Amino acid sequence: MGLHPYLALAAALFSIGLFGVISRRNTIGILLGIELMLNAVNINLVAFARFTGAVAGMVFTVFTISITVAEVALGLAIVILIFRVRHTVIADHLDLLRG
Amino acid sequence: MNDPAPLALAALLLPAASFLILSVAVPLRRSGRPGAGVSILFSAGALASAVSSWALSPPGAWSLRLWDWLPAEGGALASVGVLADAQSTAMLVLVAGVSFLVQVYSLGYLADEPPASLGRYYAYQSLFAFSMMGLVLAPNFLQLFICWELVGLCSYLLIGYWYQRPEAARAAVKAFWITKAGDVGLLIGIVLLWRQAGTFDYIRLLQLADSHLLPLGGLGVITFCLYLGAVGKSAQFPLHVWLPDAMEGPTPVSALIHAATMVTAGVYLLTRTAWLFALTPHVLALIGWVGAFTALLAATLACVQSDIKRVLAYSTVSQLGYMMAAIGAGYESAGFLHLLTHGVFKALLFLGAGAIIHAVGTNDIFAMGGLARRMPQTLVVFLVGTLSLAGIPLFAGFFSKEQVLGAVWFGGLTVPFLMLALAAFLTAFYMFRVIFIVFFGAPAHEAAVHGGAGTGHAHDAPLLMAIPLWILAALSMVIGTGFALSHPRAEFEAPGWITPLAVGAALAGILLAWLTYHRRAIDAEALAAAFAPIRAAALRRFWLDDLFEGIYRAILGLARIIGWIDRYLVDGVVNLLSAWTLQFGDRLRGIQSGLPQDYVYAIALGALLLIVWNQWPR
Repeated sequence: MGLHPYLALAAALFSIGLFGVISRRNTIGILLGIELMLNAVNINLVAFARFTGAVAGMVFTVFTISITVAEVALGLAIVILIFRVRHTVIADHLDLLRG
Repeated sequence: MNDPAPLALAALLLPAASFLILSVAVPLRRSGRPGAGVSILFSAGALASAVSSWALSPPGAWSLRLWDWLPAEGGALASVGVLADAQSTAMLVLVAGVSFLVQVYSLGYLADEPPASLGRYYAYQSLFAFSMMGLVLAPNFLQLFICWELVGLCSYLLIGYWYQRPEAARAAVKAFWITKAGDVGLLIGIVLLWRQAGTFDYIRLLQLADSHLLPLGGLGVITFCLYLGAVGKSAQFPLHVWLPDAMEGPTPVSALIHAATMVTAGVYLLTRTAWLFALTPHVLALIGWVGAFTALLAATLACVQSDIKRVLAYSTVSQLGYMMAAIGAGYESAGFLHLLTHGVFKALLFLGAGAIIHAVGTNDIFAMGGLARRMPQTLVVFLVGTLSLAGIPLFAGFFSKEQVLGAVWFGGLTVPFLMLALAAFLTAFYMFRVIFIVFFGAPAHEAAVHGGAGTGHAHDAPLLMAIPLWILAALSMVIGTGFALSHPRAEFEAPGWITPLAVGAALAGILLAWLTYHRRAIDAEALAAAFAPIRAAALRRFWLDDLFEGIYRAILGLARIIGWIDRYLVDGVVNLLSAWTLQFGDRLRGIQSGLPQDYVYAIALGALLLIVWNQWPR
């Protein structure tokens, strides 16, 4: 099995995640979409590392996974804070920066 | 100590100190008479310094004190200081003397003023004395110009002393603007001269001119521009119209600024730089012609005035014309002599008129009448001034006027000479017209006799005003003889018939005035009818005021049009652009929805487009 199926899988996963980020109304759903996109990147990194023999990709993946954990923790904390202040987590209602 | 310059410097700085004290120490200024005392005290000190510096200045020698002002590579660009020689110190004595006497006189004349106004008046007086002395002692054109503008400012401030009166405020602005029109010429002339010669300094310029190093090309334009400044300041035709209106100021101000000192600044400038003007004979001839014409024109104008101060104002214009004519003929010493004597006797006449106005409460000569018995002292001093102005022998004006006439004749200006002779006749006529009407005529209005604002309670001036009058009267008697004795030889040989002619013209004028306004042998109405066209023109001031009024209105209209263009066309374009920008921005901000998902969408789409654009097969 060559490199291409992996890349195709990563692309599909990335697109699904992007679609989720754009279309979900719930902020938690958006966070989930971001997770999918990040994992698509991970797959890419690992796949390239596996097929080119460069170890850096693997190391990066380890970094990404741990940082993703931190990011999700922060993201959820922010969502909870927003809910406490605004009593909603629906993205369409959070438009304070509207011009 | 034989150096006149430090003394001249002291005379210059004392009024400046007085002005500074009066402007900084507000309670002193507002207290009125104590502030006036300070000013008079400093003025007396200035007079003493001026007299002693004059005594130390023999003819031909000069003494200089300079301080660098505008430093530049290769020596200072300009300096300030004092240049004391016989000419400048003589003028200094005149300025300091008349200034001192006028300040003393004002204490009596303006006794009823509120203290704060009086303090302001004396602050201006001190500033004027400083500026005028700075002008007189200026060693270069730059300092001259600065002081020139300063005296113009003081003139403006003092004409508008009663600024609550609309006529006074108007007259002040008129005087300021019309002299300013000439000053522009002066400034241009100074800058052009600097470009030509590379220096502002009188002495350097004189050396250049003497050694024929001064390029003559274009010098005519320069001297003409300098002359323009003198035309404005010294009220020469056609810019003389401001001087009669300047009589709205207090009478002592008229005596000091608009008769004795400031208006003669133009004559003084030409006297001071006569060697420069001598290089451009055609400009000199112009000066002579314009001066003589001014003398004649103003003399005819003076004949129809009924306001005593206006008669004197036109007489001043006329006498300034005499001085200019002498300078134009190339004999500036004659003009300068007339300047000095005129400064004394015209100050005397104005102060005498002030005493009359003070007593009677009006400027109208036909509302006075019969003052000879009520104000005998004033009659005597006024008569001395009048005889001097008319040029009767032994009085100051006789010597100087004869010198002027001789200079003009000898300078070859025949037609101007005739104009001046006619003006001499008219001078005697209009002055004695005033004397006969004011002092010997019957009071025109019966009501005036019975108290009120009339002549009923008229009396001689109080001591404070009388003393300066007597001093000036004595000087008018002595000064001419003194000058005649100290300068026995004139620079030119005037023909012998000039003296009888001048005296004859004056006597004829007196005789005509006597016959017309005293004996009534000649009907004044008939006399007026005989010269009806001239009289009508003179009553309308030869339409010059109308002309300037028209120019003023035209400029105002032009300014209004330009203002409209600026407001609606130029500003309109800018406003339109800004309105468009605003509107465009308003529309543009709609795409900022504030929803993060929209931004993600836009970024994704953009990235996609970039990829497509990058990968597009070409």
